Amino acid sequence: MSAPLLQVNQVSKHFGGFVALDNIDLAVAEGERVGLIGPNGSGKSTLVNCICGTLRNDTGSVTFAGEKIDDLIAHQRTRRGLARSFQLPRPFHSMTLADNLRIPLLYTVRAREGMLHAHADLGTRCRELLDMVGLAAKAHQMPRDLTQVEMRKLELARAMAAEPKLLIADESMAGLSHSEIEEILALLLRLNEHGITIILIEHIMSAVMSFSQRLVVLVSGRKIADGKPDEVIKDQDVIGAYLGA
Amino acid sequence: MRTPIFIFWEVVVGAALYLLFRRYGNDYLFFAGYTVLQFIVLGTAWNILGGYCGYVNFGTAGFFALGAYSSVFFYNIGQSLDDIMPEKLLAPMQSIFPLPVPILIVIAGAVAGLIGLGTGYLTLRLRGVFFAIATLALAVVLQTLVVNWDFVGGSRGAYVIPPEKIPVFGPYIQFLFVMMLILVIVSLTVARLIERSRLGFGFATIRDDEMAAEASGVPTLKLKLIATVVSGALMGMAGATFPFYIGYVEPDSAFNLSYAVNAIAMPMIGGTTSWVGPLIGAILLGTLQQVATVTISSALNLLIVGLLLIGFVIVAPSGIVGLWQKWLSKGPKP
Amino acid sequence: MEFSLLINAIIAGLLLGAFYAAVTAGVSISFGMLDIVNIAHPGFIILGSYIAYIVNSRLGIDPIVVSIAALPFFYLLGTAVYQIYYVSFEKFGQESLRGLAFFFGLLFVTEVCLLLIFGVDYRSVNAAYIGPSLHLGQMEFPLRLLVPCFVSLAMFAALQIFLSRTFIGRAVMAVSQDPTALRLMAVDPTRIKRIAFGISIATASMAGAFLIIIQPVIPSVGRDYIGRIFAICVLGGLGSLPGALIAALLLGVIESITSVFYGPSWAPAVSFGILLLTLAVRPSGLLGR
Repeated sequence: MSAPLLQVNQVSKHFGGFVALDNIDLAVAEGERVGLIGPNGSGKSTLVNCICGTLRNDTGSVTFAGEKIDDLIAHQRTRRGLARSFQLPRPFHSMTLADNLRIPLLYTVRAREGMLHAHADLGTRCRELLDMVGLAAKAHQMPRDLTQVEMRKLELARAMAAEPKLLIADESMAGLSHSEIEEILALLLRLNEHGITIILIEHIMSAVMSFSQRLVVLVSGRKIADGKPDEVIKDQDVIGAYLGA
Repeated sequence: MRTPIFIFWEVVVGAALYLLFRRYGNDYLFFAGYTVLQFIVLGTAWNILGGYCGYVNFGTAGFFALGAYSSVFFYNIGQSLDDIMPEKLLAPMQSIFPLPVPILIVIAGAVAGLIGLGTGYLTLRLRGVFFAIATLALAVVLQTLVVNWDFVGGSRGAYVIPPEKIPVFGPYIQFLFVMMLILVIVSLTVARLIERSRLGFGFATIRDDEMAAEASGVPTLKLKLIATVVSGALMGMAGATFPFYIGYVEPDSAFNLSYAVNAIAMPMIGGTTSWVGPLIGAILLGTLQQVATVTISSALNLLIVGLLLIGFVIVAPSGIVGLWQKWLSKGPKP
Repeated sequence: MEFSLLINAIIAGLLLGAFYAAVTAGVSISFGMLDIVNIAHPGFIILGSYIAYIVNSRLGIDPIVVSIAALPFFYLLGTAVYQIYYVSFEKFGQESLRGLAFFFGLLFVTEVCLLLIFGVDYRSVNAAYIGPSLHLGQMEFPLRLLVPCFVSLAMFAALQIFLSRTFIGRAVMAVSQDPTALRLMAVDPTRIKRIAFGISIATASMAGAFLIIIQPVIPSVGRDYIGRIFAICVLGGLGSLPGALIAALLLGVIESITSVFYGPSWAPAVSFGILLLTLAVRPSGLLGR
């Protein structure tokens, strides 16, 4: 068995007295599709932040592609191939959609490859990415003209623009119609077929169930389940967490 | 338009201005013009960190005075070579000193840039707010150091006596005017270059959303440091010729808060997103202040600047450039 | 002789420190709890000083009494300023650059207005306790420092009690951390912030009176206090009033000793130096969250 692409080892994070993450262990194999679910406030976004470097974990370690990345700043982790979308979209407000996507291309892809793409190439790539999420028509508009749903798509496109090995999609589908959800799922599946490992964080159970090969459940900062989706949803603790609390 | 062409046009406009003043104006025009040009440099420099990156620098006076006092320092060394230099070095030093003004400008830029780097390294990892306060702290610490340093005059001040005339230009003030004109060309070119480059994009992401910028692979600390160094260096360079312009340098005037207010007001009134903004703001406010200081009091003139700053910040945050763009996009009425 | 010099420097430092705490209390609330960088606070303090001066020199009323009478006016001023700030900036989430520029402009305009009205002459007030000192052995307690010290501590204690014991006070402490929870309790976070900011400016009224009792005042004096205020806030830990008190006392003593043994011209560098040091080494402060 080859080493996992992402290895989260006994990671904890507290804010003052509040324990957001309690000794989380998580291993994600290359090419896997993992679903991460849990009630609001269970620590999913905190975990993502710790993996991606926006926050620093207090204990434990995060290993990516065989390298311990705890001491790396967020942008360094992105350049190593870790990309994420933000749960609450954070577009660059002063630029067009196309330019929003240009940033990861300029600063991540280019930095990695050390090559200078001509501007024309970048423009084509931006339009390609926008097309994948269905926003090509709005390439030259500003984020403030977008709906919430469109902003989530932009978030996803921006994460994809960084050409990651591991993509973490944090609630990209909130508010989407059924067909739009299918579209995004198809897109993520295509990315996965090209070799991109994906962690999907969602509340829309049907999407998570159909997409994930493995399901991880977080409740109050602790991992309470980790296994095949059909088995996990039958787990008593999981049911209790969703119905009881 | 490509940069070399832009520089060409800058030089043309600058030369035309100079020749116009020389032909039709008097010394006063050069003195007043120097001040406005100085404001263009300070405003443009401030805007590189403030407008492009979103990090407010309250300590413009500190960087400016650093440049001024660096010139005072080397001037004083030049004046007292006999007293401080050992025998062997006296002759070679006498041929180097007094250092020519362009060299002083470069040294001032280096010193100010270094201090900017140091301050930035200490505080740019924190929130923007703490950086802003730290810049204020820096200005005060620098002022206190200068006040207690007798070699550059301390609180008594230092006299710097420039030559009356200089070959090619005639009156010394015209030489200083041209120096400042060159600095204007340099700072506008640098600002415009940054704006259109990958660096400028990166700066904008820092301003828009630093967390998202990091997540997209932008090395925010490195970029912020670059902005701080460039901005500080330009401010220091603007201060390098100040002692020669004014003749008598003392801490209260060199570190005057009006530099900080003007450096912030001019870009915010002109517009912070492009190099044009600080230019417009400096020309407008600078000229206004020159007129006001002469006709009404200088304190009232500062009051107007302060009120304009508050007014624009509340009502027209994109400045004059922003207002103009909005007016343009509305289009002609049918 | 050196020893008595040191002791008295420490005493003066502690007394001044208590005053510094009063000066900082307002910013502890606006910056520490509401996340509003009101660097114009010293401007309001100086305004308080001048109001105390006018009433004291015309009507002979004690400056501290004047400042207490002026509290409602300062409170309303604070709520008005907050309202402008909220409508222009906070609502749209663009606080940082423009908010800072706004308050900086406000500080500047206040200072210049006072300069235009009162000129550059130093102003001071008259009161029975300015001048005489209390002597206990070798120790000297100047009354002009002692009285403001006591009233400062009283004001500080009152603020602390308000914040921890009353409903509105606790809402203020909660508002930056959990506005959603407040809304669920049918409390409007904006209203709470407005009240808190009003209180923060009201403290400036009293701090202003203390200031002009302790030293003669000109409009630019306010700026000397920016460094002290933020040094104390950061050193004490944002949002912690007790932390601010400890930091203020510490700063007062260090400044006093520096002033006595190295000369008063180094004093301004002390607070800012401490600020820079704290920001570089331990930005969360002594007791910070």
